[in-house]
Amino acid sequence: MAKIIPTKTPMREQPAAQRVRNFDEVPHGYSLEEAVQEAKRCLQCKKPFCVEGCPVGIDIPSFITYIKEKKLREGIDRIKETNILPAICGRVCPQEEQCEKRCILGKKHQPVAIGRLERFLADWERNEGKAELPVVAKKTGKRVAVVGAGPAGITVAADLVKQGHEIDVFEALHEPGGVLVYGIPEFRLPKDIVFTEIDFLKKLGVRIHLDTVIGMITSLDELLEEFDAVFIGTGAGLPWFMGLSGENLNGVYSANEYLTRANLMKAYLFPKYKTPITVGKRVATIGGGNVAMDCARSALRLGAEESILIYRRAREQMPAREEEIHHAEEEGIQFNLLTNPIAYHGDGRGWLKNIECIRMELGEADESGRRRPVPVDGSNFMIPADVLVVAIGNSPNPLIPNTTPDIATTRWRTIETDPETGRTSKRGVFAGGDVATGAATVIQAMGAGKIAARGIQAYLETGEW
Amino acid sequence: MKIIDKKIIAPNVHEMTLAAPGIAEKARAGQFAIAIPNRFSERTPLTLADWDAGKGEVSVVFLEIGDATRDLAALTTGDEMYSFTGPLGQPFDIDKFGKVGLVGGCYGIGGILPAARAMQAAGNEVVAFSEARSSFLLYWNDKLEEAAHDVRYSTSDGSLGRKGHAHDLLAENLEEGEHFDRILAIGCTFMMYRIAQVTRPYQIKTVVSMNPIMIDGTGMCGACRLSIGGKTKFACVDGPHFDGHEVDWDVVLARRKAYLEEEIVAKER
Repeated sequence: MAKIIPTKTPMREQPAAQRVRNFDEVPHGYSLEEAVQEAKRCLQCKKPFCVEGCPVGIDIPSFITYIKEKKLREGIDRIKETNILPAICGRVCPQEEQCEKRCILGKKHQPVAIGRLERFLADWERNEGKAELPVVAKKTGKRVAVVGAGPAGITVAADLVKQGHEIDVFEALHEPGGVLVYGIPEFRLPKDIVFTEIDFLKKLGVRIHLDTVIGMITSLDELLEEFDAVFIGTGAGLPWFMGLSGENLNGVYSANEYLTRANLMKAYLFPKYKTPITVGKRVATIGGGNVAMDCARSALRLGAEESILIYRRAREQMPAREEEIHHAEEEGIQFNLLTNPIAYHGDGRGWLKNIECIRMELGEADESGRRRPVPVDGSNFMIPADVLVVAIGNSPNPLIPNTTPDIATTRWRTIETDPETGRTSKRGVFAGGDVATGAATVIQAMGAGKIAARGIQAYLETGEW
Repeated sequence: MKIIDKKIIAPNVHEMTLAAPGIAEKARAGQFAIAIPNRFSERTPLTLADWDAGKGEVSVVFLEIGDATRDLAALTTGDEMYSFTGPLGQPFDIDKFGKVGLVGGCYGIGGILPAARAMQAAGNEVVAFSEARSSFLLYWNDKLEEAAHDVRYSTSDGSLGRKGHAHDLLAENLEEGEHFDRILAIGCTFMMYRIAQVTRPYQIKTVVSMNPIMIDGTGMCGACRLSIGGKTKFACVDGPHFDGHEVDWDVVLARRKAYLEEEIVAKER
C-alpha cells in the first residue's frame, strides 16, 4: 500500500502583499497534476463518512476516483448529479465543518482536500467551455415559482427543472445570485463563475425575472393562482445594529450595505461604476464571522491604510472559517479580540472619529457552549477609525411576511417551515435558506433548497398537503 | 424597460414615462421605484408621480442634481432603462381625514399629485401647496388644479403666489385660523423639516416622505436607516413616510452629505 501523505497538496495563491491591493481571486486552484496527486490521498472508504457530512450528499469517493483516473468529464458529471453549483461550493463551503471534518484520513493527518478537488473539476469544465446539459425529464405541465435567485432558490430551480417542471425565478435585484453576488466579494468568489452557473440554469429552460419584488408587484397569493407551488428563498433582511450612540454617524455601515456597494454595485471600480463607498484611512469591522472577514479584507483592497477587526470573544471562538481568519491575518488585518464597542464618537461634523471600546474577559459557558465574554470594568479605551462596518448579523428579509398575513413566522420573523419538506403553513408554499433559518451559510441554503425541491416534487406528484 | 416619453417640464426638471404595466397596475400614492439608467449607474429611488394602469405606463419626475440623476437625464424617448423596479415602500395612509394639505417642492410637486387624487377620492378637502424659486420652475399646475380643490403657490421671487416658501404660506394660513386635519409633504429634506416645524405647535399630524440614500430598496442593506421617535427605522420597507414630528432631522441632514467628496470625484472624471 502506498505511503500516506499526511498533508493536503498545497494550493498556489496570490501572495498577501500583492493581493491586498486587488480584487482578484486569492487561491489559484489545482493543476491537473496537483489534483491527481491529491486524489490519490483518498482512502476510498467502503462507508464514506464524507458523504454524510455533505449537506447535499455528493458522491465524493466516486468523483475523486475519476480525478485519479483523469476522467474529468465523468467526475464533474458525478458531482452535478447532486450539486449543480460545484464551482461555487468548492470555494465557499465550510468543508472543514462538513465533508472534510468526517474524512477518516483527517483523524491522524490532514483530510483529503475535497473542496479543492470539487473546485478543480468545476473550473476544468468551465474553462473547457462545454458544460453538458443534463437530461431533463418529460414536461409535466406543472409550474413552480421561485422567489429569490440566491443559493436556495437556484438549487430549487435546478432540481425541479430537471424533473420536467416549468420554473420561473423572481429576483428583486438587477442581477441574479443573491448573496453570491451582493455579499461574497469577488476575491473569494469571482462573479463570472456565478453568472456561468446561472446561465447553465437558463439553458435548462429556467426563466429568470429580474427587478421583480414579490410581495410588492405581485403578491404571494397571486403567484399561487398561476403556479402549482411557490418556493420562498428571499434570504437576508435588514442588518442588526447594537443600538449604540453614534450609530448613525457618517462612515458607519452595516456589512450588508458595505458589501453591496463594493460587490453588487462594484464600488471598487469607482468612478467607472458610479456607486461610491467611503474608503477611509482606518476601517474597523465589528464581528467575528465570515462576513466580518469579507468586510475587513475588502477594506484594504478598496484602499484603506489599516483594517481593524473588533470581536468580543477570543480567536478560537470566532465563527468564521479558519481559512478566512488565516487569510485575514496574512493580509495584515489587526485583530482586537476580547474587545467590544460601547459608543461611537463623531468629529463634530457628523463623521465617525473614535470607537469607544471596553475589554472583555471570558466567563462561564453560555447556552451556545462558548464561554461568555464579560466586560472588564474601567477598561474603556478608544480605537480611532473613520469607517466602521457592523457585521453582527441580520434579520430575515421582511417583505414576504409583511405582505402575506397568513404565513406563519417565528418570533425571529423567520418563516416557519417543516425541516423534512420545507413546507410553510400555507398550502403550496415552501421556504428555505436564511429567510427560514436566519443567517447561515451558502451550502446550508442549498441544502434547504434540496429538501424543499424534494418536498415540492412530492406535493406536485400527490397533490397532498 | 422602454422609455415612452421623456421631457423637460421646467428647467432642470425631467418627466419620464416608462412602459411598466406591472408597476402601473399595482402602484399606490406614495410609493417609489428604483431606477438604474445604465449598467454603471447607481440604484436611484424615484417617487412614482403618475401612472395609467390601462396604458401600462408610469411616470417619474426628477431633478438633475447629481451624478445619478445626470445619467437618468441622459436617457431619452425610445431608450431602454437598464433596470426599473417597483412599486416599493408603503403607500400613503389614505382615509377620510377631513381637510388635507399636500405640500410639494422640487420633484415632490410630481409626488403629491397621486396623493391629491387619492385623498380627493377618499372624500377629503384637498389643498395643494406648490413651491419653487420662481414661477417658471413650477410644473404640473394644471394637473394639480384638477386633482386638488385649491392650489396655493409660493415662489421665492414672488413671481407667482405668495413670495417666500410653502412653509411661510402654511404658517400664515394656520395663524389666520385655518384648520388642517393632516399635512403631507414631499420634496427636499429642508422643506419637509420646515413644514414639520410649522405644524408642530398646532399638533397637526404631518407625514413626510423621506428620501435617504438607498441601495437595494427591498429591506436588505440598511443604508436608508432613520431615527424616528428614538427608534431605528428603514425608509425602504418601514417608510418612506414617517411622522415629521418624530424624525431626528439632524441625523437625516448629516447623512445626506455622506458622499459629497465622491460626488466631486465623479464630476471631475
